[in-house]
Amino acid sequence: MTEGVDLNQLRTLRTLRFGLILAALAVFFTALVGVTPANAATASVGTTFHSEDTVAEITVGGTVKNDGKGVEGVKLHVTGPGFDETATTDADGKWSLVVPTKAKYTVAIDLKSLPKGVGLRDPNVTERIADVSVTEKAAVLFPLGKDQRVVQSFSDQLIIRIFAGVNLGLLLAVASIGISLIFGTTGLSNFAHGEMLTFGALVGWLSAVVFGLPLIVAGLISVLATASLGWLQNRVVWRPLRNRRTGVNQMMIVSIGLGIVIRYLLLLAFDGNTKVLSGEYEAVVLGPINTTVTSLWSMILAAVTLIGVALFLTRTRLGKATRAVSDNAPLAAATGIDVERIITIVWVVAGALTGMAGLLYGLQFQASWLTGAQILLLLFAAVTLGGLGTSLGAAVGAMIIGLVVELSSIVLPVDLKYAAALIILILVLLFRPQGVLGKKQRIG
Amino acid sequence: MANDIVKGNVEPGCAKVDPILVVDKVTRQFGGLTAVNVDHLEIPRGKITALIGPNGAGKTTLFNLLTGFDKPNTGSWQFEGKNLAGVPSYQVARRGMIRTFQLTKSLNAMSVIENMRLGAQKQRGENFFSSLFNFLWKSEEARITEEADALLTRFKLDAKREDYAGSLSGGQRKLLEMARALMGKPRLVMLDEPMAGVNPALTQSLLEHIKGLKANGTTVLFVEHDMHMVRHISDWVVVMAEGRVVAEGEPSVVMKDQAVIDAYLGAHHDTDLGEIAKKGK
Amino acid sequence: MDWLQIFNLTIGTLIDPITMAYILCAVGLSVHFGFTGLLNFGQAAFAAVGAYGMAIGVLTLKLPLLGAMGFGLLCVVMFALVLGIPTLRLRADYLAIVTIAAAEVFRYLMSTVGLSEVTGGSNGLSQFGYEFFTWNPIPQGTYVLGTLQFSANDLWLRIFAISLVIISATLVWLMMRSPWGRVLKGIREDEDAVRSLGKNVFSYKLQSLIIGGLFAGIGGQVFILAMSNVQPSAWVTNFTFTIWTVLLLGGAATIRGPIAGGLVFFVLLILTNEILAGLLNIGLLPFLTLPQIGQIRFVLIGLALMLLVIFRPQGMFGNKKEMRFNG
Repeated sequence: MTEGVDLNQLRTLRTLRFGLILAALAVFFTALVGVTPANAATASVGTTFHSEDTVAEITVGGTVKNDGKGVEGVKLHVTGPGFDETATTDADGKWSLVVPTKAKYTVAIDLKSLPKGVGLRDPNVTERIADVSVTEKAAVLFPLGKDQRVVQSFSDQLIIRIFAGVNLGLLLAVASIGISLIFGTTGLSNFAHGEMLTFGALVGWLSAVVFGLPLIVAGLISVLATASLGWLQNRVVWRPLRNRRTGVNQMMIVSIGLGIVIRYLLLLAFDGNTKVLSGEYEAVVLGPINTTVTSLWSMILAAVTLIGVALFLTRTRLGKATRAVSDNAPLAAATGIDVERIITIVWVVAGALTGMAGLLYGLQFQASWLTGAQILLLLFAAVTLGGLGTSLGAAVGAMIIGLVVELSSIVLPVDLKYAAALIILILVLLFRPQGVLGKKQRIG
Repeated sequence: MANDIVKGNVEPGCAKVDPILVVDKVTRQFGGLTAVNVDHLEIPRGKITALIGPNGAGKTTLFNLLTGFDKPNTGSWQFEGKNLAGVPSYQVARRGMIRTFQLTKSLNAMSVIENMRLGAQKQRGENFFSSLFNFLWKSEEARITEEADALLTRFKLDAKREDYAGSLSGGQRKLLEMARALMGKPRLVMLDEPMAGVNPALTQSLLEHIKGLKANGTTVLFVEHDMHMVRHISDWVVVMAEGRVVAEGEPSVVMKDQAVIDAYLGAHHDTDLGEIAKKGK
Repeated sequence: MDWLQIFNLTIGTLIDPITMAYILCAVGLSVHFGFTGLLNFGQAAFAAVGAYGMAIGVLTLKLPLLGAMGFGLLCVVMFALVLGIPTLRLRADYLAIVTIAAAEVFRYLMSTVGLSEVTGGSNGLSQFGYEFFTWNPIPQGTYVLGTLQFSANDLWLRIFAISLVIISATLVWLMMRSPWGRVLKGIREDEDAVRSLGKNVFSYKLQSLIIGGLFAGIGGQVFILAMSNVQPSAWVTNFTFTIWTVLLLGGAATIRGPIAGGLVFFVLLILTNEILAGLLNIGLLPFLTLPQIGQIRFVLIGLALMLLVIFRPQGMFGNKKEMRFNG
């Protein structure tokens, strides 16, 4: 092997080390699930890859709270592979069940067991998934609030769904601009992008909840940390690969590997529980729409960010240079633009934007180590819909995907709403691979 | 000599005594640009026809259209009297019209002999179900290999038989691509810049190969930038400019046509390719 | 560390039906990617379609198991046609995104409540495999293989799975030495060149997608017979990427690649697990807990995938000249 190869290897190892340090730090700060290493020596662990063997008790549980106080007597119906039991909350609103195998369990809340006048904050979600296929413990939360179980008129329902769609669309837009910028400037379909979003959300949670920092400070830390992660992976992985003239398909598979590495390092560092980022759920009622202050702020922040990015790309020298590299890198290089510098900036900006999207996502919908991986395909759908490599197109595509996801639940079961978005992605690639806004010449 | 090729007057789009390929009103636009706009063109059977013209004249685009690698906006064309418009590229090849590419498409991670074998048409072993039973295609494979070896010898590639195609020089790959096309026993072979990038030492033998094709009764249509190659081997020349056929005729006549010289030749027609070839020997 | 225990685990892994299931899926992917150059990121779905087809065949359609296996494979062919006909004309990276999206859509469909009468929803299905063990020709009893012990049913499942792997590899070997395989390899190199030689490239790609999908479908069926249940959560994208790692480890464009890759991959997983657990046990890994060691394995899978693609794309046994990533 040549010297360069060894260097690359070294650098990759260095990323791993970074991750392990991160893991060690986080493990130190987080109160971990109590598995005692003493009884851990049973050799049966992992005889097969999909081992059903268990070491610790696997539990599914949670707390049902209304207005900060636990609600007693709420019934939760837990089903899973060969398992079907009902739990009832105690005086603190807590409940838990020991389940037999590592798997995903469905937790359904019995609406009849709720006190009068109390309902789910999101009335559409009466079922949640408790995923203990990897970890030993999963918490399921059903935020309660004023009972909304009134039959909504179709127009009200439409308005509510559109509002939710715009909200989701804005979040996806902020995250997908990064994918689009990276694809445009380097040709990489980055399958590790979801992990930047997760990283942003979890660092935000660490700063705000564990360290108790004010949300603004926590947000800044999370954006800075994710921007650094973007810079770091470009420096350690992608730039050396570009220098080796690695093909885009090859890089795509590398990004899959990197995504898996980061995802499981985050699992090691933050454990598998769902993180609740904010306790502030002050309700706001706008006509038929029931939302929270957090959601409104998140939407405003996302919209302002998008406008900022649009101005940056169209008005500033640096933004124009970025678009030039995105259009035609060799030509841009010939006109004196430092392409590598632009790419570095793109990775930092993409990291910052995606980290922010992760934080906002976590604030509204909670976050776990799998959050980014779960919405990655939605981001790809947004980017593809808008036209690969056209960053403002990606924002438009994201708004469409957000609306499709939320509006689809008017006609489709809620658990198929992501499927609806993916079908849109497939149809777009089949019939209009240049996207809604892209030009045909960019393809091929 | 024009008499045994042309029926009537010699002019752009003139009728031929025995055309193998007849093209009518073929146009292709890219965005607002018209890349090809051929009103009428006939290619004479059993002859070597050169298609020349400046860069961007639409020669390769016309090749792509005629062989089904691109779709025209309008137009039709017949090969041996049968319509070829809208026929997919692989069907075009099966009907006996086989092309090569300007940028050589040798299959680099396959050996030279496997490249050649792939060129043979209608192989029984290419059907999935018979592929599993080698007694069904063993004798056919032996026959194909024999043909391939004969062609490799003719093209002086026999020493490279087992090498990966990717290890050949650019000129050798051009030769391989041409030989591979011949494995399909085409009645019309369309060569897109067969000389581009070929080592001068090889050009003379390449010219001989093309002449040899004609001797075997194969019609040749080729795109070439080098006027001197055109003068040495072609029986007929078609000149394209800005997507249209602007002139046709015997090489010696077309070369003297002032309009052609103005449109295309410019200052480049003073070195003779034959001399370059001689130097290479 | 208990070396005998590690030795036993290693031998056990080498003949484990789950290992064989992954190998079968990787054999299929070698047809897709290694020989035809198709970037299929939805191999989990092909396995899942075969598996669900079989389970639903037994439970809902009341077919005998063999018929249900056939039904599952028929479903795989249908899935390949529905997926392939529109997408095989796309560019390689688009195909990748479409296949991964299609695989996720299939998984959502299998877990949606509305279809749970047939699919079992997120709980999945079980109780479909009784008949499989009635085929068992081995007399009941306990069988000792070196230091390992198996029941007759365990042994039968292993023999069945290993036989399928051997048959599949032989079939792929027969296909790839034939002129049919030559056309596939030509498509991997340059599909326009193959088109210009009179081959119907689209038809060959579709055939490749179906054949490789069938191997994955069989792999999926072995997988659920070994697990004795089928759940949507098994067929996540990680399943696909594990298959990719297995294939790239062994060498994508070789016959023995998927087999060697699968065996080495799972043995390495076991060994790292045991070694880390051993280190943990003697107190050398104070920050980690035992379940986390299982998670470290995934970090290693991801790392292996990255390093392989970067430094040795041809795998352990491949020929560098034969294995390149196009584009």
